[in-house]
Amino acid sequence: MATVTIGLMDPPYESANTVTGFRIIDAALRKGHHVNVFLYEGAVALGFAEQKPHANPVKGKSVEEFDHPNPKDWVHALFELAATRGVELDWVNCGLCVDERGVDKQVEGARRGSPADFWKLAEAADGLLFIPTR
Amino acid sequence: MARYLSVVEEPYRATVEEQDDTAVWFTHALRNAGAEVTLLLCGDAVNYAVPGQDARGLRFGAREVRTSPEIDRDVIALIGRGAAVYVVAEDLVERGLPEGGLIPEVQRVSRGDLARLFADHDRVLHW
Repeated sequence: MATVTIGLMDPPYESANTVTGFRIIDAALRKGHHVNVFLYEGAVALGFAEQKPHANPVKGKSVEEFDHPNPKDWVHALFELAATRGVELDWVNCGLCVDERGVDKQVEGARRGSPADFWKLAEAADGLLFIPTR
Repeated sequence: MARYLSVVEEPYRATVEEQDDTAVWFTHALRNAGAEVTLLLCGDAVNYAVPGQDARGLRFGAREVRTSPEIDRDVIALIGRGAAVYVVAEDLVERGLPEGGLIPEVQRVSRGDLARLFADHDRVLHW
C-alpha cells in the first residue's frame, strides 16, 4: 500500500484533464492506495456542493433523461470508494482559491488548505503527480 | 440573414463532463434558433467526423456516467438539421484518417480553399 499525492488545477467542465485525474484517483483507490488530492485555482470548484444538473434542450432531453454528471458527485463517489476499500482520501482545496471563487460550500470530506499543506502531502507521498492547466 | 461559420479546432475538451462538445452544441443551438450555420472541423477536431465513437463505460466509485458523449452522432444530427459540415482534407491525411471512413455527408475542403469558405460567410466563430 502506497500513498500518492495528485494535484489538479482545471475547473469543472473545461478540460479533459479533470476526467484523467479522476480516473487515476479512482484506479489508485481501487488498488488499495491512500490518495491525497490538492485542488488549486479553478479545480477547487470540482467539489462545490451547489452544482446542479441540467436538461439538454438541443437534444430534447429532460434533466432525468440527460443525467448530467456534476463533478461534486464524482468527488462524493470517490470518498465512498475510499471508505469501502479502507483507504484514505484527503481532498484539500486551496483556501484562498475557494474564497476568490465563492465556492466554500463543498461536499462532505473536503477541507481547506494551502500550498504548505500541498508540500506536506507531497513530502509524505511515495509518488507525486501534478496535472497543471494549460 | 447573416451566415455563420463555426470553426472547431480543439476537440474532446471536457466532453465527458459536458456529454457534448460545447462548440458543436452551441452551433446546433444556433441552428435550432433559425440561424444559417456551417461547421468546419480542423486540426484534431477532424476526428469528430469519424463514425462509431464510443465513450461509454466510465465510472468513478459507484457513480456511473450513464449518458456518454456521442459527438459523431451530434455531427450527424446537425447535418440533419440542414447545416453543412466540412473537414480540412490535409488535416485528415496528416492524422491517417481514411477518406472512406468518415460520416458520408461531411464535405472535404482543402486548406487552399479555406479563404473562399470563410468569404462565403458573414460571421466566423473560431472555438
